[in-house]
Amino acid sequence: MNRRSILKAAGAMAIALITLPRMAFAAYAEKAFKNKEVDSSLNELFGSNATTPSDEVKLKAPDIAENGAVVPVEVSTSLNADSIAIMIKENPNPLAIVADIPPGTEGKLKTRVRMGKTTLVTAVVNSGGKLYTASKEVKVTIGGCGG
Amino acid sequence: MKQFLRSAIAGVLGLSISLVAVGGPEDDRLAFKKYYENKFPDTPTEDFANGVYSILPAAREQWEAIEEFPPYELAVEEGETLYNSKFANGKSLVDCFGPEGAVRSEYPFWDKDRGLVITMERAVNECRKANGEKPYGWKKGKITAVTAYMSFNSRGQEVKVEVPSDDPRALAAYEDGKEHFYTKRGQLNFACADCHMLTAGALYRADTSSPAFGHATSWPVFRSKWQSMGTLHRRFAGCHKNIRANPYKAQGTEYSNLEYFVTYMSNGLEFNGPAARK
Amino acid sequence: MSSIRIKAKERKGVVDVKTLMKHKMETGLRKGKDGKKIPEHWIQEVSAESGGKVVFVAALNTSISKDPYLSFKFVGKKGDPIKISWKDSKGATDSAETIVK
Repeated sequence: MNRRSILKAAGAMAIALITLPRMAFAAYAEKAFKNKEVDSSLNELFGSNATTPSDEVKLKAPDIAENGAVVPVEVSTSLNADSIAIMIKENPNPLAIVADIPPGTEGKLKTRVRMGKTTLVTAVVNSGGKLYTASKEVKVTIGGCGG
Repeated sequence: MKQFLRSAIAGVLGLSISLVAVGGPEDDRLAFKKYYENKFPDTPTEDFANGVYSILPAAREQWEAIEEFPPYELAVEEGETLYNSKFANGKSLVDCFGPEGAVRSEYPFWDKDRGLVITMERAVNECRKANGEKPYGWKKGKITAVTAYMSFNSRGQEVKVEVPSDDPRALAAYEDGKEHFYTKRGQLNFACADCHMLTAGALYRADTSSPAFGHATSWPVFRSKWQSMGTLHRRFAGCHKNIRANPYKAQGTEYSNLEYFVTYMSNGLEFNGPAARK
Repeated sequence: MSSIRIKAKERKGVVDVKTLMKHKMETGLRKGKDGKKIPEHWIQEVSAESGGKVVFVAALNTSISKDPYLSFKFVGKKGDPIKISWKDSKGATDSAETIVK
């Protein structure tokens, strides 16, 4: 775990976090999770919201979600990732998940997310203190015939 | 009614009336299968068992992502525990269906003694009742966990429903199911055949209707919409409600006969349940 | 029985981990049959360890689907142990272990 990145974002809470091995990560992300905007979530999480779109961040998500409750999302990157986050712009709280990538672990994450409506999904990779992104609009529809 | 039915089927299949099968279930099945193979020439025949994912690549990708670790696996595990749990009398479902319950391809079948179609769900509950246990509900919950386990162990078995020729009531049940499939109903006045045969693959608002060929192979199903497992009869009822028709009772004659017909139409495909669907 | 299912397979020195955890992941936005909001209750943190080392840790929000699914890869080999644990918003915890195949 990159202690430096936690220290930067958590500021005064730093000492407390280091001594709490369990739930340290969740506690650190807690405020960011409650945020209602992408930029302020990023600020809360990484101490910055300056992002650069990058070809080296790959986001795989459907064009049209079969069901907004279970949308498979995959993020992968060839960059040296310290952490990976997934943002869902128009969800009540855009930050869906943030994963810490220790040395020896690939910059790759798959999960299934809930989306309230059609919106931009963004993969954010924190590499050496810089934020790189890839985004895609995912459409969410109400089925029509039992869907 | 027979004449009306023939012309309805002829209309759907785009054939002239004289060509519509008078030969019986096997002729029906071959015509049915051929219809879908012609309509979706890029789909390998065995793939129709995967429902709408056999004809919609974009949806298929999402389904494959879900299949990496499908939600029905939790049901299969629960089912294994239930399947092996002892009844109060010391027996269990093992005594009725064998050590792994790999009996999917034995259902549905025509019971000559009792004069009705027996589905796997019915067989499970009758086993429970015969051993002094309360039957499970028909549409969701424990019945789906047990049948998920049994279906999982039966994967790859061939669908081979029989309509015995020595009992005219069996053919009557098959014909009843067939008539159900082709009859318009509900406020929207749709027959199963309208969406799942004539316009299979078409968009209904944001849903693509799946081909009926292959419909019965993958039950029970975890539907994202339900966020739970459900039986085929649960889905039949849901479909009826979608077209604003009153649903029939699960495991009643109507749905059992419909299951009999629909499963017969998938003879030759492989059972691939339980499955994840939208 | 644990709520956590793990599939861990090694290929060419990289272990591919797939995990499915049974959990309602209540968002706090859903209404029950009585019309009242069902309180939020979700897995907040998932961590994975192998050979005493943390190989993955994630903080989850309520927008992760019911029965959370996570997949990640790390350098490892067949026979390595892998342990996955979670803690939820009510303070409950669970964990499961398996061996990489």
